[in-house]
Amino acid sequence: MTTTLARLERGQLARIMRIDDPGVRAQALRFGIGEGAEIACQERVPFGPVIIRKGRQEIAIGRNLAGRITVEV
Amino acid sequence: MQHQYRHRRGRRFPRSASGPSGHGPFPTGGRRIVLAGNPNVGKSVVFNALTGLYVDVSNYPGTTVDLSSGRWGSDLVVDTPGIYGVSSFTDEERVAREIIVTADIIINVIDGAHLERDLFLTLHLADLGRPMVVALNMLDEARRSGLRIDTAALEAALGVPVVPTVAVRGEGLDQLKAAIEQARTANSLLPPELQAEVNRRSEQHRDRAEALLSLEDDAAALARTGTAPSHRREEIYQARRTAVDRLVKQVVQETSEQASFGTILGRLAVRPLTGLPLLALILWGLYQLIGVFVAQTVVGFTEETLLIGYWEPLVRGLVGRLVDLESVVGQLLAGEFGLLTMTITYLLGLLLPLVVGFYLFLSLLEDSGYLPRIAVLVDRVLTGIGLNGRAIIPIIVGLGCVTMATMTTRALSTTRERRIAIFLVTLAVPCSAQLGVILGLLAPLGPVYFAVYLAVITLVFGLTGKLLNTVLPGRSSDLLIDLPPLRWPILGNVVRKTWAKSYSFIREAAPLFAVGALLIGILQQTGTLAGLEGWLAPLTVGWLGLPAAAARAFIMGFVRRDFGAAGLSTLAMSHPQQLAALVTITLFVPCIASVLTIIKERGRVEGALMWVGSLTIAFLVGGVVFRLAQLLPA
Repeated sequence: MTTTLARLERGQLARIMRIDDPGVRAQALRFGIGEGAEIACQERVPFGPVIIRKGRQEIAIGRNLAGRITVEV
Repeated sequence: MQHQYRHRRGRRFPRSASGPSGHGPFPTGGRRIVLAGNPNVGKSVVFNALTGLYVDVSNYPGTTVDLSSGRWGSDLVVDTPGIYGVSSFTDEERVAREIIVTADIIINVIDGAHLERDLFLTLHLADLGRPMVVALNMLDEARRSGLRIDTAALEAALGVPVVPTVAVRGEGLDQLKAAIEQARTANSLLPPELQAEVNRRSEQHRDRAEALLSLEDDAAALARTGTAPSHRREEIYQARRTAVDRLVKQVVQETSEQASFGTILGRLAVRPLTGLPLLALILWGLYQLIGVFVAQTVVGFTEETLLIGYWEPLVRGLVGRLVDLESVVGQLLAGEFGLLTMTITYLLGLLLPLVVGFYLFLSLLEDSGYLPRIAVLVDRVLTGIGLNGRAIIPIIVGLGCVTMATMTTRALSTTRERRIAIFLVTLAVPCSAQLGVILGLLAPLGPVYFAVYLAVITLVFGLTGKLLNTVLPGRSSDLLIDLPPLRWPILGNVVRKTWAKSYSFIREAAPLFAVGALLIGILQQTGTLAGLEGWLAPLTVGWLGLPAAAARAFIMGFVRRDFGAAGLSTLAMSHPQQLAALVTITLFVPCIASVLTIIKERGRVEGALMWVGSLTIAFLVGGVVFRLAQLLPA
């Protein structure tokens, strides 16, 4: 099922399908997360950023941006 | 450990134009060894181990990024800011990039526990074609968290020496020093087709680093090589990411999935239930350190005892021997706003201790990895006003000094965010100089007035931010940050960083404070200051309902914000009058040094707009508050 990063529950696993912004894509690739990466939702701050984890790498993503990142669960 | 350093002052870092062998102020002949790595991987510790006693810390021109350089034998060693890749997205990256492309040898320090992230930079550096060595650091932590790394396989894949180290304990550093002589050009792990394109460009531009970066659409490299964007950055980054993931699979063996204590603590720090109390505790610590210890105890000694008690009478005596103290020159040098009296007292007696305190606190937060967690917790609130969580840094710093905060906004990603942050800090964040005086005046008014004051300032901050976010064109950037595990900061590094940042702030701000004082001195000598007071009086008396003498307090606020606030304490005013006056003086234009900094950073038009804007809002809100405050219980 396709959804966005912003909708993931804590602990849920997902695969990144599409990141719409080229600058964000480049930055995310450097942190270790590209399109196709399998990630886990580590934490969601109420109304705030979503924290995702891939391996030992944790990244915080603003809620608006997370809403624009398509994932498959 | 912090006693090892000796800093030499007043030297700027040689620009990249000085060439790979490091001409400029440094003796020539040696090689240029550059340390590169992700943030908080222990680069500074490796740097200290190489350079020892003689270290030069300086601000890279036009940025707030500081660079350390020192000598190792006849070679120059430079430590660069922590980065995730070689490009020009932020100030830190631009500086690191400029230094890295001029390296003769690169020492890439990587965190063994986070190879998925760190190896991206390693492969990026490898593609630049400079000889390099890899220090595989924090191996103890990697081991503890259940990782086993095949160093030999990593070495074989990269084609350069990979030295296992635990830098904080000095392990592996001798081997690293020896390996520097074996530095080699690394294997590029890019697909053959991309490598061929880089090779082709290298021949054309005679420099592999610039060739690669131009192919990645790096703005500086495009300009330097005079080429058009190829729009292939993403393809290259994706290829590099694929190579990193493959390499990690090959060299890292996970023996157990164990989260370290720092990782667990880091996770608790962003979970609201545990994170918010922790944040409150840390802010209380900030208040105790800066608000109580530095602002009262230290400043009491430096400003009152040292500078006003000893320095100013001494200067007046000396100047008085040369010129008449009542003459124009005498007043400009040693009068009420004198260059040698007020400017020096303000800068060294008041600002320096506060700035050192703030930078100490920030360095601790930065080196412990806690700072990004604050950004996460406040992100939601700040997105509403067109900022993201990272803007918390200038806002906190603004409580110290608006001039310092304005410079700190250079780290924000877009011009739009910088504009919003600078204006909000200028308008609604009282700097430490006036904060003490304002709190002192508010205290006798009682809790109701205190709450109203706080509510009004917060409301102005929020509404102005909302308004700016609505009317300013463009879009602000979203939060996207790496959350490193929490670690104990290394004291030596914190002290060195604090010193470097404080020193470069004072050096950059001192001329602005001097020019500001001079301007005010001239205004006073020519009688313009008194004229302004008369001009302002109808507004302060008629609209704000204050005594006529309050105009002088506002005028003083141009010079030093605390002078403005302090000027109010001698006036006999009713509670509503005091509240209105305090609100107005808080929102009122920043001191003249901040105005000059804003003009320097954002240009004259924008600076003037901000100035007029805060003046207008200050009086508007002040008048409204005065009228509404009549309704409050006396």
